[in-house]
Order: sequence, then C-alpha cells, then structure tokens
Amino acid sequence: METLRVTLTGRDFFLNLKNPVLTASGTFGYGLEFMPYGDLQILGGIVVKGLSLVPREGNPMPRIAETPCGMLNSIGLQNCGVEAFLRDKLPLLPADALPVIANLYATSTGEFGELATVLAAERAIAALEVNISCPNVNEGGSFFGQDPRMAAAVTAAVKKNAGAKPVIVKLSPNVTDICEIARACEAGGADMLSCINTLSGMAVDLAGRRPLLAMITGGLSGPAIKPVALRCVWQVSRAVGIPVIGIGGAQCAEDVLEFILAGASAVQIGTANFSRPDAAFRIVRELPAVLEKYNVTSWDSFRGSLQTA
Amino acid sequence: MPQPILAQLTVTHVEPLGGIDAQAAFFLMRLTLPPWDGWKPGQFIMLRPAGGDAGRLWGRPFSICRADDANLCVFFQARGRATMAMAEFATGTILDAWGPLGNALAVEDDTPTLLLAGGVGIAPFVGYVHAHPRPENLIMEFGHRMPLPCYPFEGIRTKISANAHREKEAGDREGFLHLLDDRIRQFSAEGLVLACGPTPFLEAVQTFSLRYKARTQLCLETRMACGIGACLGCVVKAALPPKARPDRKMPEKYAPPGSAARAEYHHVQTCICGPNFWADTVSLR
Repeated sequence: METLRVTLTGRDFFLNLKNPVLTASGTFGYGLEFMPYGDLQILGGIVVKGLSLVPREGNPMPRIAETPCGMLNSIGLQNCGVEAFLRDKLPLLPADALPVIANLYATSTGEFGELATVLAAERAIAALEVNISCPNVNEGGSFFGQDPRMAAAVTAAVKKNAGAKPVIVKLSPNVTDICEIARACEAGGADMLSCINTLSGMAVDLAGRRPLLAMITGGLSGPAIKPVALRCVWQVSRAVGIPVIGIGGAQCAEDVLEFILAGASAVQIGTANFSRPDAAFRIVRELPAVLEKYNVTSWDSFRGSLQTA
Repeated sequence: MPQPILAQLTVTHVEPLGGIDAQAAFFLMRLTLPPWDGWKPGQFIMLRPAGGDAGRLWGRPFSICRADDANLCVFFQARGRATMAMAEFATGTILDAWGPLGNALAVEDDTPTLLLAGGVGIAPFVGYVHAHPRPENLIMEFGHRMPLPCYPFEGIRTKISANAHREKEAGDREGFLHLLDDRIRQFSAEGLVLACGPTPFLEAVQTFSLRYKARTQLCLETRMACGIGACLGCVVKAALPPKARPDRKMPEKYAPPGSAARAEYHHVQTCICGPNFWADTVSLR
C-alpha cells in the first residue's frame, strides 16, 4: 500500500487521518503522558481523556483490577475539566500534525450541548467523540447509551453546537441491540460511531469476601473483550451508512486489520497503552509489514471484506 | 528529574533472601542497567515480561532498590501471581521496563534524617543510604515480621546506624508504635523523616508526624496499571501540589483525615505526583 492515509467520510464532515490507528479515551491521558515513549505525530490521532464542563474527582479507590486477559476500571471520569484542558494541556500537543479528538462527558443533553459549544470554538480540536456509554458514573454515562431516544437527543444536542467538527458517538456494548442505538445516533446526526466502550463486569477477592473495586462493578477492557468488539463492529457497520471506529482489545497491527476487515474505518488502541507505553506507536510502525503480509492493497477494498458465505 | 525511558532489560540473577517457605519468599532481582540518564532514590520502575505475561496485562511497579554501573536491582516479596512468576525467572529472561518514574525522596545533606521502613518498604532506602552524601546523618528504624535475613538490611547497616525490630507477637506492634512515636517526636524540631511500608504503618507515621509537626515524607505503594499517569487507577487524595514543599509548620487547614478540611483534598496520581508525598498533604484513608 502506498499510503496508510484514510479518510472517514461522515454524514456532514470528514476526518482525514495519516493512518487508521487512534488511541482510546481514558487510556492515553491527555497525550502528554506518552511523549517520552514515542512521537505522537506518527499516530493517526488521539482521543483524550473524557472531558466535562467542570473538573471531576472520579470514584473512590480502589478503581482498577486486573482480570484474565483484561482489566476492570471504575475511574468515574476523573478529569481536569474542559477549561483546564484547553488552557494547560492542548497547547502542548502538536495539534497541527496530530488530530486531537476531544471526548465529551456530561449529565444532561443541555450540558453536552454546552460542552460541544466550548470545544467547537477550538481550532486545535479535530473532532468530538460523545461518551454516552460510560458504565462507571451514576449520572449520565451509559444511561444515554441504552435508550435510543436519549442517544439520538444527545447526539443532536452535540451536533447542533459542534460547528464544523465531525461528531463521533461512542456506543456501549451493554445493550440488547447495539444496532438500534447506532441507527438512533445516525438519525440524530452523528458523523461517525465508535464502538465499543467497556463491558460491565466485576471481580471479587475470595479470601477477603469483598469486591475488588470500591464501586463493586466496573468496565471490562483488554483482549478479553475483543471478540465482543469485533461482533459489534461487524453488526453496526452493516446497520448504518456512516464510518465506524473499532475499539476493544486491539494489541497489535494484526488486531487493527481484523477490526477493519469486520467493517471498521479506523481503530482505537486502548488498554494496550497500559501494558507498554509505546504500544500505539509500535502498532503504527508494524502496520506496513502486516499489510504486506496479508496482501492488503487498499483500505477501501479491504474494509468490511469479511467473507461470511 | 531524569527522563523516563522504555527499554528491554535482561534478568541477570534472582536471589532468594533468607530462605523460602510457603508463607513468605523474598527476592533480589538483578537486571541489566537501562540506558537511562540516571535515577534518584525513591523513584520506581515498571517491569513486565517482554511479549506478554500469561494473560496479565499490567506491568508491576517496583522501587528501585539500587543501581550501579552494570546492574539495576529490585527487591520484592512473591505474593501474587505476577511476583511469584518473577521469582521463577531464569537468567536471560527479557523484561519490558519503563522508568525511572515518580519523584524522589528528599535529600538534605546536613539534616538529621530518620528513615522508617516497614517490611518490603525497606527497598528504596537501600539506594538512599548509598547515595546520600552524609550517611552519618541518617538513622533507620526497621520493623519487620519475617526473619531479618529475608530483607536487604545488612547492606544498610554497613552504611548507617540502623535498628531492626521484629514483630513476633501482637504485643510487639504496640512497642514498635511507641518507638515510632518517640522517634518522630525527637526528629520533629530540626530533622527530616522518611517512611516507606504498608499502609497501616504509614498511617501511624502520619499520625505521629502531624501530632509533632514533623517534616515527613511518605512513600506510597498503590495498585497501578501504567505507572505514567494515564490509567488514574493509583490516585490518592492530596491537599497541595505534591511538588510544593510545605513550611516547617503544617498549615492549619490541612487537618488530619476525617476533618472538615478533607473536602480540600483532590485525587492525584501516585505514579507521577508521588510516590513520595509530604505527610501533611496527603490523606491515606
């Protein structure tokens, strides 16, 4: 393949990436944390930690637990708030050469709209990813992502205030029919979808007879959920006419290709960033050789080419 | 502070200390030296077997025990599945390593400095006493449960005045707490106190430090996924920017945990804002 470049053409706006490898929100900090371990500019883009209108302290400790081939988290969307992000973090990112995607979290459609307004005014933000699927907060979170009407309403509220920024809606797997939610978001004006967020789960300490997380339940991520994520990408990409970004357990360049084969236009690297801080950079570097190995000559011909018959 | 790097290190030796039994197994693991610009005592490193770890996704944080021109050394107790696997590493095993991470323990050449260690918390003090320019100003009180040869104590005792106190029965703990109380009071006027160990131990040290307004740093150990500030899984409630060094007198508003001032504490990552926190700026509960 001559170039790794990929364009995600949304309903109204497009996202042009130098390659289809992004980092997932909540696993890559604000990007700055990873600067010692690789050149951010080689990435297709980064999705920063979920932002709210005001800073959030997040949930009590303990918040994380390692599980077989995965991990649970109940961070509770701790973040510095959108104002501090725009003032203190964003100027330090090489946004001219790196698409920086803001992830939005709010507890009402009105707040989502307000947050979108603030971020839409920022030139260095490439797109908005709407978090309607966090399982670790008591307000908002996956509540919006489990009801098609609410999902559509939140999407519309962000879209209305997002100006020329592409709007990506991040879907929850913790639903009966993810395609129903996907179609509702598309109808609400989403330019793209990303899926999946974490799966609701829990872990216990048998000896202590206590849950391993203070919030008892949390979100499962990592390679353990990759089969679920692939299934969701495959189903959603066939149910809607807008690009789908795959998320869920991708650890290597082969995994990225698997998601694209299932129908994704790009892939976010999540929990792998914790296992080795250069994981996303390494995947980008490995991509050309893996494309050659599997004889992939263009994204357009390869995307969704899974042979099911 | 030296910039962290990611490197692959080779295990050169895993040495059991004090014999191995079913209840406790302590090890010194030597690794090839990372090509870093240096490190400071109190900092830590993340280690994970290269190429994966039997379904375990995270690296594990270890205090840097010591490093010389050829080797990096970490001290650990094999307790969980990851550390039990580490104890079995053969010479030549390749590990992914990233560090040095976190801040350093305070070093004040001419200040009488009390080192308080509990169990495996002795690890950062091995490098500390060897790097300190005036080791004659250091004194250690070390509390432990397992036999003394399980810990790298002798290397410390050759450099500074160090006393070991073994807890064999319940009453021993009371005596050790009285000792901590007394020692921290003695060092509160002109000295510096550094402590590392299990959380109940650090809570006791904090209580006495706040009581006597002693300048004390606590080296915290928490569960971490990444070690670099991204996962937000290792947060602790802190009252001040941890880099800010408090005045000799503790500000009134930073009252002990449980008071009204608790509301002023904020979650900060232990890995990048710590692991060493001034005792009057952090809530352990």
